[in-house]
Amino acid sequence: MKWQYANNTEEYMNPGHLACPGCGGAYAMRLALKALGKNTIVVIPACCWSIIDGPFPLHCIKVPLYHTAFETAAVVASGIRAALEVKGKRDIEVLAFAGDGGTLDIGIQALSAVCERNDKIIYACYDNEAYMNTGIQRSSATPYGAWTTTTPREDFKKERKKNITEIIAAHRIPYVATASIGFPDDLIVKFKKAKEAKGTAFIHIFAPCPTGWRMAPELMITIAQLAVDCKIFPLYEVFDGVKYVINYQPKNIPVQEYLKLQGRFSHLTEEEIEIIQKEVDFNWELLVKKAKG
Amino acid sequence: MKESLIFGKKKVVTGNHAVSYGVLLSRAEVIAAYPITPQTQIVELLSEFCASGLLKAKFIKVESEHSAMAACVGAAAAGCRTFTATSAHGLALMHEMLHWAVGGRLPIVLANVNRSMGPGWSVWTDQNDSLSQRDVGFVQFYCESNQEVLDTTIQAFKIAETCLIPVMLVLDAFVLSHTSEPVDIPYQEDVDQFLPPYKPKYFLDVNDPRAFGGLTSPDHYYEIRYKIEEAHRKALKVAEEVDNEFYQIFGRKYGLVEAYQCEDARLVLVTSGTITGTARQVIDEERSKGKRVGLLKIRLFRPSPIHLIKEILTKVEKVAVIDRNISFGHSGIFSQEIKSILYNEIRRPMIFDFVIGLGGRDVVPDDIREIIDFTYKADYPQEMVYFRGVRL
Repeated sequence: MKWQYANNTEEYMNPGHLACPGCGGAYAMRLALKALGKNTIVVIPACCWSIIDGPFPLHCIKVPLYHTAFETAAVVASGIRAALEVKGKRDIEVLAFAGDGGTLDIGIQALSAVCERNDKIIYACYDNEAYMNTGIQRSSATPYGAWTTTTPREDFKKERKKNITEIIAAHRIPYVATASIGFPDDLIVKFKKAKEAKGTAFIHIFAPCPTGWRMAPELMITIAQLAVDCKIFPLYEVFDGVKYVINYQPKNIPVQEYLKLQGRFSHLTEEEIEIIQKEVDFNWELLVKKAKG
Repeated sequence: MKESLIFGKKKVVTGNHAVSYGVLLSRAEVIAAYPITPQTQIVELLSEFCASGLLKAKFIKVESEHSAMAACVGAAAAGCRTFTATSAHGLALMHEMLHWAVGGRLPIVLANVNRSMGPGWSVWTDQNDSLSQRDVGFVQFYCESNQEVLDTTIQAFKIAETCLIPVMLVLDAFVLSHTSEPVDIPYQEDVDQFLPPYKPKYFLDVNDPRAFGGLTSPDHYYEIRYKIEEAHRKALKVAEEVDNEFYQIFGRKYGLVEAYQCEDARLVLVTSGTITGTARQVIDEERSKGKRVGLLKIRLFRPSPIHLIKEILTKVEKVAVIDRNISFGHSGIFSQEIKSILYNEIRRPMIFDFVIGLGGRDVVPDDIREIIDFTYKADYPQEMVYFRGVRL
């Protein structure tokens, strides 16, 4: 992975934000703004970023930000886009930046409608696989096997993670991509592509949460890279809902290596880990088939 | 659609289309809406205005009323004049975002066609949908005629933008929404003179990056709420000024409330919406028989024109409030309002409350006559509320 863009472009995020140490969501925003630049308006629903930006009257990113209700990030962004069109303001990006709960659960209706209308916004979901801001409750992005405060270890989450990338791709919007904060240059390139899309662009960002995943903050990047190399979170793009491109060939590391670094999986038996491994392998094969066309 | 065929003419239009013409003349810039009976005709005509280029607005066809208000919130925050329309369940679904529009100080105009709440499904009129939103902080106008609907739509944008609070105008399902009346459609240049373009001081501006609506501690929240209350108090004055200014240009005014035949009245009916028109006729008849009865029409519900209501009702012996709504377990909502306004007055009337016409059941002149007769004969109200016409 390269860090060329990540380290050598202008910053649009100030230090002094309120994220936890090792927050993938905070780094995801920092990278996204490096790609999009000054002429960006950000919309944030209820999520960790409602806090990270800082309490009134503070504001840690150097672009305008509209805080909105949990389920409305996508459509508020559409409203802003409509206003910019009416006012004849071009070359401004509208970025909806939401967590997994605000995207896969409560916000999916408005997001689906925005995709169906193909409104010219960029929607980024920073996925930390649970409702972290409210204290680590399970969402439909929480993977099989995980502990959360509403899926105790004795009754850990049995359902698979909802595949939001495929759901959004099915709307056949021009650009859908997965990205990881462990692959910063790839992430930045994807936001630049999203900017050029002729309509809605959706980027699903893997954003580790040391607090909720019960792991060491300094492992933020390592974990994000391992998720890709274990094929748990492959990096790929979908153009117009049909053309699949895999951006990175995983190192094929067993999922065990990824799971063992996180306390949220520490209760899993070998059999349960095997279930995860099989599911991951199956999903990868499906993706490879799609990419071959 | 040709401009010359619309503007400056008297046209026969429904209440719904009166809203659409009002929005056209107000040059709304972003409209977001979702279909719901009986509102839908408002946005159908607006979509035609947009498609023909007559209205240079962007119309976002959203997937729910919640998103309709959310889209308006985004567009208004980015500096545009915005409009949406809904009814009943749509308004209920919007509830959260109504708070957002108020808290965000966004001058969005919303037309609500009063429709009863299900279940059972009803498309007919009563006021429980809009009155359930009483405390979100929207200004609320209740309209009596289609001309008033059009004129209030235009006034609504001016009040909203002057005070930075959203405005809801309310019209009765079918009795106004689908009933045609002759309506004067103003000239565009006159409306332009009355309502200049919306130019907010603060908006989402990449050259002046700010955060809107972030985490607000107890150290700041109360003051921000207080400023909303201040805006409502300002709106009371502004609504009157706007109505007078409207009169100067268009020759029509409505007042915040209207006292009809109240000068020497001993008994005053309090009405809102289209029941007012029916009551007017009955008042004329009763007056011709020598009964000293009058009528107080509440046009502006929020902010409450407390001073005007006090001025009129402290001079009478009895008040009969006609409520096409109910707060279950208590009484009609307008009667609660009137009672709370008058409670501390030394001279205050007996207040009778009549709940009637829920779910769009017709309220006819005989109903009004019976309410007047009943109130006339009774010494004082023995019940908190009288339910008129319940068939059990």
